[in-house]
Amino acid sequence: MPLIDLQGYGPLLLQGAKLTIYVGTCSMVLAIVLGLIGVLGQLSKSPVVRFLVNTYTTVVRGIPELVLILLVYYGVPTLIQDVSAALGSPVYVALDPFISGTATIGFIYGAFSTEVFRGAYLAVPKGQLEAARACGMSSALTFRRITLPQMMRYALPGLGNVWMVLIKATALISVIQLPELMRNADIAARNTRLPFTFFFAASLIYLAITIVSNIVQQWAEKRANRGVRGA
Amino acid sequence: MEIIIESLPRLLGGTFITLQITALSVLIGFCLAIPLAVLRVSPKRLFNLPVYAFTFYFRGTPLLVQIFLIYYGSGQFQEFLDSVGLWSLFQSAWFCAVLSLTLNTAAYSTEIFRGGIQGVPAGEIEAARACGMSGLRLYRRIIIPRAIRIAWPAYTNEVIFLLQASSLVSIITVMDLTGVAREIAARSFAFYEIYIFAAVIYIIVVYGVLWVFKRIEKRMNTYLQTELP
Repeated sequence: MPLIDLQGYGPLLLQGAKLTIYVGTCSMVLAIVLGLIGVLGQLSKSPVVRFLVNTYTTVVRGIPELVLILLVYYGVPTLIQDVSAALGSPVYVALDPFISGTATIGFIYGAFSTEVFRGAYLAVPKGQLEAARACGMSSALTFRRITLPQMMRYALPGLGNVWMVLIKATALISVIQLPELMRNADIAARNTRLPFTFFFAASLIYLAITIVSNIVQQWAEKRANRGVRGA
Repeated sequence: MEIIIESLPRLLGGTFITLQITALSVLIGFCLAIPLAVLRVSPKRLFNLPVYAFTFYFRGTPLLVQIFLIYYGSGQFQEFLDSVGLWSLFQSAWFCAVLSLTLNTAAYSTEIFRGGIQGVPAGEIEAARACGMSGLRLYRRIIIPRAIRIAWPAYTNEVIFLLQASSLVSIITVMDLTGVAREIAARSFAFYEIYIFAAVIYIIVVYGVLWVFKRIEKRMNTYLQTELP
């Protein structure tokens, strides 16, 4: 059965899958942090900060992930070299595929989670904020105690979607040779000359990750909404 | 800066390929997605289950895997494809690119239009039935036009995603905008200049397409607008 026999490359695929999940998790953490910073920026009173955040989300959502990954991985080191050479003391840097891949994916999906958090923020009833103010909480305390916990509940479905797209986008990091699932499947496919077998196996692993994520998301949403009547 | 002006014609040629591949996939994908969405909402298992399996697989796996499965994976079935005369098609990176993007967008669009079909107000369907419409005519005249209008904003997003995702075809050697940019960058070592310029072109194209789709949306929904003051 050519479709099932992995010719001893099964462990390599699983290793890759582990790295895929690891890269995905790190990027997601970064995306959530950037999303929170972004939404705070959008709510800021300063027009400059608002402009910067809006530029970030507009520009990033207009560029393909692959182009940004290539730009960061190949472009940033050469940019640093050129700038430092122009300043008189050339510095040579090479980026690690893991760091630049994770940073790029996190940066891109930070823009998407900014939008998710913005929607979630708007969904928190204004009366809650007024009540918090009336109880004497400062705006920082209100955000931490009242807004953030409730926002998270509204943001969960959106963040779940971001995660689903993000974990599939990590496959692109294989282009800069990070040995994640896609890259390892490629190596196995080349060595055995069985491309269909290995890419299909890889696709099934991605599918499994999607299914598990779906189950976790449903559980998390249910748990987050346990205090809500009729949910 | 010189390098950008020098390579501008090639980059614009790549932009044309990007637009061509995207437009073809969107058009064919749309034509596949509408009937698939109708089958998807069918109460009959025989109809909705295969469509669900299709959309589940293509939405649950990365596009890159799908492209590799079709372009490299087809090599494993060379003898069979040769015997039915399709092998020459699968040897072409361009064909494999369009095929995988089409299947991918068809899967996403099917689910988007399914949502649209389910969002059609029950009263409108009842009214159509009261007028004596049923089956295909009901779908053709009432449900599909309404569903497309409901699903349009989500479908716009899908088209934008596909436009950006089409950059992946450069990995299987298609010379789209990203492909051209990668080649020029690798030869000239002007990595950031070229990639930033390519990114700018993408942003212009993306927001251009967005504008067109908003215009279509407005046009489709003109009948909803009340008299302008």
